[in-house]
Amino acid sequence: MSRQRLSFWWFYGTLAFALLLMLVPLPHVLDPFKPYWPALVLLYWALESGEQRVTLGLAFVFGVCADLLNGVLLGEQALRLCVLAFIALRFRSRLRFFPMWQQTLAVLALLLNDRFLLLIVRAFAGESAPAALWWGSPFVSAALWPFLFLLMDDLRMRLRLQ
Amino acid sequence: MPLAREESSPLFAGTAAGTLRLIFYLALAMVLMVLDHRNGWLLRLRYASAIVVEPVYRLAALPVDGMRALSVAFADRRTLTEQNQRLREDLLLANAKLNRLSAVAQQNERLKELLDTQHSLDLRVQMARVIGVDLGAYRYRMLINLGARDGVKAGQPVIDAHGVMGQVVDVLPTSSVVMLVTDPDHALPVMIERTGLRTIAYGSRNGEQLTLPMIPIAADVRPGDKLLTSGLGGRFPEGFPVGEVRTVGPSQTGMFLEAHAQPSADIDRSDEVLLLHDLAEPVGPPPLAHPAGPPASDAPPPPSSAAMARVTLPAGASSAVKPASAQSAGAVKP
Repeated sequence: MSRQRLSFWWFYGTLAFALLLMLVPLPHVLDPFKPYWPALVLLYWALESGEQRVTLGLAFVFGVCADLLNGVLLGEQALRLCVLAFIALRFRSRLRFFPMWQQTLAVLALLLNDRFLLLIVRAFAGESAPAALWWGSPFVSAALWPFLFLLMDDLRMRLRLQ
Repeated sequence: MPLAREESSPLFAGTAAGTLRLIFYLALAMVLMVLDHRNGWLLRLRYASAIVVEPVYRLAALPVDGMRALSVAFADRRTLTEQNQRLREDLLLANAKLNRLSAVAQQNERLKELLDTQHSLDLRVQMARVIGVDLGAYRYRMLINLGARDGVKAGQPVIDAHGVMGQVVDVLPTSSVVMLVTDPDHALPVMIERTGLRTIAYGSRNGEQLTLPMIPIAADVRPGDKLLTSGLGGRFPEGFPVGEVRTVGPSQTGMFLEAHAQPSADIDRSDEVLLLHDLAEPVGPPPLAHPAGPPASDAPPPPSSAAMARVTLPAGASSAVKPASAQSAGAVKP
């Protein structure tokens, strides 16, 4: 029972931590390359435990929380994370058994798709286009993905959580 | 475990229910976005949820605060001494200039009273600290630690020691969001110091510079020209430094000159900023000082009271100048 509760808190704790990481600023030079942490953590859980935990509803609520913190446009990240979770859940069975480099490429594709969505939403909201460096972020996120995945998996195994 | 759930998550094709749910959530998100974009829900919702959101901001700002504290703790003695020395010299110079200027300012105030204009030179400011949080929107906004409880209102200008930084756009109970002048959505009425030409400075896409896209072809603008706020539009008071022109060239349409300017405020680095209070002049033309009407001989009482007011005003104003300047000095000093 307590292990179940622990794994419950571990799951929500990592999500909350991702939101916090999203808010922490980087030095000005590195700023455009900042990884999109909420998407990475949500992807990890979508691949790891599938629809038992990560449903579209959860992705939506998570995105709305991120929007409230970020204060850009309510519903923007909810939309992006919903699409991300949907694709990840749809191809979960295959993505899980990919070798790591293929999985990394898949994550890169997902995050680039996410940036396109963001660009479309921003264009409709009437904001100007971002600078070219802004496209660097998905590549950095994808480069971090193997490490994040292995770290989270290792921690989960050590704590013997689900 | 995956084997047990094989029927509900097939290898290649999803179920129609999953797609339907996706469409439902996407529609919900779009409705939210449209509602938010149309009538600014997010502000009200954020104000209501501030009780949760603000502690999270403070928590997220901890690493930056820690870095600042570390950099002070590990800065070596010599750099601190040098910095102290430099600051002391700056203060001495600034005080000397202020002493010379205060007499001129008083004289100016008196002359302006005589001219019945409403410009004033006193500064009412509030010092605020920047909270180190990344707000995501391509980072042309920042968060400061004063909010509605400290009397902050949307639209207040924010400056630092070198120039205009931006204006307050959202107010939460104990913090507020400032849009920087380099934000692509920001426009600022400016005046070129050398020639007095008035134009508008927009932010730029990369968030580093200011763009002045609509300068008449015949205008005299050179690299090195200083930009000041012009005071038009009634939001920013006039005469604050904004930036310095770096490049001038024809715009893409060929109908105007386009200049790029470097903002004079330390947009990336400042950690303490000043919030200005009610300095801007009211929008629109100033009220009529002397109402047109029948000659003064027809109505004896009003002119006499007006004359009284005219006589008492300069005295009241000159006495009012002192506390204001003292207050501004007191606010700036610590």
